[in-house]
Amino acid sequence: MNSVKKHSLQTRTTILTFFVSLFFFIFSINTFAQDVAHGKKLFKGNCAACHKLDKKSVGPALGGVAERRTAEWLRAWVKDNGALRKTGDADANAIFKEFGSSPMPAFPTFSDEDIDAIIAYTSAKPAAPKQAAGAVAVKEDVKNSSWPMYLLLGALGVLLLMVFSLFQQLKGIRGETSYSLGGYLNKIWEAFLANGFLKFLAVIFFLLASAFFGFGALANIGVDTGYQPIQEIAFSHKVHAGDNKIDCQYCHSSAKHSKTSGIPSANVCMNCHKNISEYTGEPFGGHSKEDLTKEIAKIYVATGWDADNFKYKENFVPKPIKWTRVHNLPDFAYYNHSQHVTVAGLKCQKCHGPVEEMHEVYQFSPLTMGWCINCHRETEVDLTKEGYYKKIHEQLAQKYGVEKVTIAQLGGMECGKCHY
Amino acid sequence: MSNKKYWQSVEELKGNAVLEGLKQKEFVEKLPTDVFLGDKETLEASSTTRRDFLKYVGFSTAVASLASCEGPIRKAIPYVVKPDVNTVGIADWYASTIANGFDYANVLVKTREGRPIQIMPNKEANGTTNARIQASVLSLYDEHLRLKEPTKEGKKITWSSADSEIIAKLKTLQAANKPVVLLTGTIISPSAKKIISQLITAYPNIQHISYDAVSESATADAMKAVYGKRGLPNYDFSKAKVIASIGADFLGDWQGGYAKSYTASRIPEEGKMSYHVQLESNMSLTGANADRRIGLKPSEQVSALISLYNEITGASIATKPTVAEKEIQALASALKKAGSKAVVVTGLNDVNAQRIALEINKALNSEVIDIKKLSYVRQGNDAQVAQLQADLKSGAISGLITYNVNPLYTLANATDFAEGIKKLDLSVALSVENDETANAMQYALPVSHFLESWGDAMPTEGNFGLTQPTIKPLFNTRQAEDTFLKWSGDTTNYYDFLKSFWNDEILEGTSWNKVLQDGFYTKASGSPMTVDLSETNSEESAVSISEAASALLNNKKGNAYELQLYTSTAIGDGKLANNPWLQELPDPITRVTWDNYLAVSMADAEKLGFSNPVQDNGAINGNYANVTVNGVTLKNVPVIVQPGQANGSVGLALGYGRKQGLKEAMQVGVNAYPVYFGGNNVQYNVSIEKVAGWHHFACPQVQSTVAGRTEIIREVSLHDLHHEDPQESWNAKFKPSYDHKEVAAEKVDLWDGFNREIGHHFNLSIDLSTCTGCGACVIACHAENNVPVVGKKEVRVGRDMHWLRIDRYYSSKVETREEAKKMGLSGGDYFDVLENPAENPTVVFQPMMCQHCNHAPCETVCPVAATSHGRQGQNQMAYNRCVGTRYCANNCPYRVRRFNWFNYAQNKEFDFNMNDDYGRMVLNPDVVVRSRGVMEKCSMCIQMTQATILKAKKEGRAVKTDEFQTACSSACTTGAMVFGDINNKEDKVTKLKEDKRAYHVLESVATQPNVVYQVKVNNTHKA
Repeated sequence: MNSVKKHSLQTRTTILTFFVSLFFFIFSINTFAQDVAHGKKLFKGNCAACHKLDKKSVGPALGGVAERRTAEWLRAWVKDNGALRKTGDADANAIFKEFGSSPMPAFPTFSDEDIDAIIAYTSAKPAAPKQAAGAVAVKEDVKNSSWPMYLLLGALGVLLLMVFSLFQQLKGIRGETSYSLGGYLNKIWEAFLANGFLKFLAVIFFLLASAFFGFGALANIGVDTGYQPIQEIAFSHKVHAGDNKIDCQYCHSSAKHSKTSGIPSANVCMNCHKNISEYTGEPFGGHSKEDLTKEIAKIYVATGWDADNFKYKENFVPKPIKWTRVHNLPDFAYYNHSQHVTVAGLKCQKCHGPVEEMHEVYQFSPLTMGWCINCHRETEVDLTKEGYYKKIHEQLAQKYGVEKVTIAQLGGMECGKCHY
Repeated sequence: MSNKKYWQSVEELKGNAVLEGLKQKEFVEKLPTDVFLGDKETLEASSTTRRDFLKYVGFSTAVASLASCEGPIRKAIPYVVKPDVNTVGIADWYASTIANGFDYANVLVKTREGRPIQIMPNKEANGTTNARIQASVLSLYDEHLRLKEPTKEGKKITWSSADSEIIAKLKTLQAANKPVVLLTGTIISPSAKKIISQLITAYPNIQHISYDAVSESATADAMKAVYGKRGLPNYDFSKAKVIASIGADFLGDWQGGYAKSYTASRIPEEGKMSYHVQLESNMSLTGANADRRIGLKPSEQVSALISLYNEITGASIATKPTVAEKEIQALASALKKAGSKAVVVTGLNDVNAQRIALEINKALNSEVIDIKKLSYVRQGNDAQVAQLQADLKSGAISGLITYNVNPLYTLANATDFAEGIKKLDLSVALSVENDETANAMQYALPVSHFLESWGDAMPTEGNFGLTQPTIKPLFNTRQAEDTFLKWSGDTTNYYDFLKSFWNDEILEGTSWNKVLQDGFYTKASGSPMTVDLSETNSEESAVSISEAASALLNNKKGNAYELQLYTSTAIGDGKLANNPWLQELPDPITRVTWDNYLAVSMADAEKLGFSNPVQDNGAINGNYANVTVNGVTLKNVPVIVQPGQANGSVGLALGYGRKQGLKEAMQVGVNAYPVYFGGNNVQYNVSIEKVAGWHHFACPQVQSTVAGRTEIIREVSLHDLHHEDPQESWNAKFKPSYDHKEVAAEKVDLWDGFNREIGHHFNLSIDLSTCTGCGACVIACHAENNVPVVGKKEVRVGRDMHWLRIDRYYSSKVETREEAKKMGLSGGDYFDVLENPAENPTVVFQPMMCQHCNHAPCETVCPVAATSHGRQGQNQMAYNRCVGTRYCANNCPYRVRRFNWFNYAQNKEFDFNMNDDYGRMVLNPDVVVRSRGVMEKCSMCIQMTQATILKAKKEGRAVKTDEFQTACSSACTTGAMVFGDINNKEDKVTKLKEDKRAYHVLESVATQPNVVYQVKVNNTHKA
């Protein structure tokens, strides 16, 4: 887990000491391992919000706390630190002051064994980090690969060549003049030049083809599907929304209220990143873990967070993060997220694609008018909802016997609904 | 075309030979082409051949066009720490109050992402907004004119050193007992008054003087004389049955304006419609709305006032008969008959005239006038201001602190004042704007805009408003209240002061937060206005009515012209002169934009040789006049011939001609303040002299009269409304002939109908009776829909962009063919008369915007289907689809489509708010800024109707009754504009659409509009 290691094996110099310790280790491994596992569970559940093992957080670092404090003291502190402080215990009051006089909650329900288990966990040496040699090799994305197609084409080509040489040999056997492949092509070219109609056909074909492809190319101007700008921070949606399963609207909270989904302000990032200052997951996008830790630190630069002292700098002038917009609708098109998210109940992925699988977000949908309209044509409005649609539904049912209507039929294709 | 010879210089006139030669050349110097092209060697030595050049051109064009295929990289910058209260993309509304010394209103401020972008009336608080209040949000972003940091002698200074220097100076002046004057505009804030009294306690040598640029001082003085308390009487016109106004423009700015309570008395359906007679010289907004308007020059108004007094009280004070003696007697008897339901008001800023008016109301025992719960919206004291001017000149005072006033612009003899300032030991200007006064003083301290400030107001006794900031100060500004607190040695900040002041003196235990949210508070009893309303000379009260009357009559000597100064609907006292929205707002009467002008009656114009010829591009020109009053001459005042202007009088608007700090385009008009002697809006002994040259007016409406077309304007008398069948007479539906039979218009149709019964179907109803023509809706439309300002030149050639305009129609002498026949007119003469307004015409205002025709002529002619119809009744305009053929505008019978001839945003040729970074902050992010070459028009605020629908959908409910609004209908406080869904039976507009007064403009074209008008009712049936 951590690169900082306080209990390094390297200091053990002799094999003897190693064997001695190994002997004790094996002897006690059963009970100790149980304690550590229990302690880890308790630590993660109760302590990890404010404590880390290796560095200061809301509370002090707890790695090897047993070396600094006695077990009795720790038990008393955990059970009711307020009471301990009232006894005038100098250490207790000092630590209370050091961490901004904000009291730690009391845990009177913990048994001594529980607390000992936690201490055991904090004192246990962390498991040696796995040499993730196998994982470093970036897996090739084979999903979109078209190699079977090429294979097929290749085979076809070989087949054709074989047929051609077969004909050549046949001709040779019959005693006809055989041309080389180039000679054949030459003959065809001469025949082509001699035939005016063929020439005309070719020109027509060429014109039609260039019109077809030219139109397609021109129609794609301004369509930025796949646009994937490099962002100021190497923020990964896969890590956040995919691996850690954070809900889209936790960060993009205005999507349900407003026309914009809202790029989260840095204070939303800080809700989690006050505590998560290091990248510990799988590296991605050619960044090392250290690089990615530095990327997290960019939020601290923006917000003026002093990670060492665990507080915001005073009189700090915020430095906003300048993201590059991925989805750019032109000004004359009005789009409202809340209409689609709250009213229609669409999933974000419907338009934005599998964001939870994207390290760096790219534009998934074309965002063209045809694409919008198509969805409006196909999607039915849920008329069974009470509230706004109730009256319209009743009237439609009464007047036309209509039970199903698409958005387009309710006026969702009128120009003025999106262009004003 | 005229045969006039135009010349640019005297030399040209003389036929100078050099000039003749110059005329033949496009460039004065010969272009050096031969030097290069004539030299064969250089040409050949050049490495760039013609073919290479063409290659470069081709290549660079191709590269440029390829490069433009790639979209620009756009940044998205979120908050670092997002405030909890706002959600990006959702508007927040805050209740606040504007009280800038001239305008007062309870308002709601719309903010987007922390930027105020619109101001609407707080209807819960009975708030009313006029065009200026609507537009004041734009002045917040006036980077050009606003003071941005404290300065001393024009150089930057920090607030702390400015404070310590000024405090030190004040202390020395106090020690030496040298008088210092604090000159402010009207302050209706009780807390600010308290702070000023604290300041005076700290420095007893300070005297506080209130000064209104446009004075109502005489009324306050008259109140003091008659009732012993200085303040303005408050009027409730909704109680009135008969209203006689002698030159009081109470629908305009007279004593703060009374449009809302007036229109409340003008709803014919409720059976009570007041009878309103206006005796005035200029054609004012109030006169235009009156049932009977009599044109009287100011001296005749005086006589009329005395005659009314005589008739009503039975006195017999000597007076001069006027041209309308009979009508005045009839009016007097109507007033007497209505008794306590009658009221007489006068706009003459003369203490004697005001006293007589008060005495008449006393004799009538009028309920309309309230002399107990006074109005404080104008507190200026002309006598004290005159004394200050004299003291400054003589050097009797040593210090001057000005706040929210600009005397160097608004005083008649500003140069004396400027000289006096130079002699002062201490001169400080606290000002929002970097105006004339701020420039002349030693210290100029920037004051926050009201949208950045805390504050309170008590416009009338017992009615309170709270002001709250809706944006952090844009510049290094500070509220004047904070400054005064600091100077008086009080360390609390103004917000804390205000809160504790309200809790102690006003709130009576009500929650501060609740009142702050509401924006207003009404207190049953007890006034916190602890500061006394300054004393006046008590001698005036000794004067008897007859002496007052003869003093009034004696003002006028000789037979010269009389000048009536007034404030225009758009610019008011001139505080907002740098506001392009207001400069481009057409005057409701003349429809002139970007100008003030001398209004001259038709008879006088003939005498003096003035005219307004129409040019072949549809614009009008005007003569220039030099206007001399008391030896001061206003040069080159453009002249408008104004139907209804009383003969022998001329009118001129104050507030124009400001120069200091204004953008060049906004430095328009003539400053009339130099002849505003003694704050008197009537100046006698005026001489007018015609001077050479033509002024180019920018006037979007040339057609003056409705020319008998009842398809556009319909009027009915109150009597006929109740006694005649509308279908037979005053609101007959158009019946086309079909199969040789007259049938209802809906029966004959080229198009297939479309069933609109399901869903929403929007309609807008406009009541011509209660529309006063104030123009608030026009500015609201500007703000809501990002309507561009195009400038004077463009308006002149008919390229104004107003989506909503208010047409003004006069009635000419002859309205029908029958009348013409009786007069023996035919052919051209008949049409000439139709086009010419009568000398004293009646006026109708008609707001005109896209009528959203269900069978729209514009839609069928668009070759690219850029304009189409929505099922909700809105005629939609897809800007991105429009290719600018302008066929639609050509085919629109209502002339409401507007073409973007240029890019008006970010174009230095149109240096208005959309050309600077601050000014663009006012743009509504929900509406696109249109680009060059596309057509635009009223959208019936589709962004607002869509937002209302979305809100209902999100909340899972049906849309509430009357929940749908447009910008114009929310801005309209007289209730003339009502918007709603006619598929909802409960909506007000559903009933209005079926009302017997309802009609469609140009019904015979069968466009089936979704805008419905209500026939104007005139109370010509005398009470």
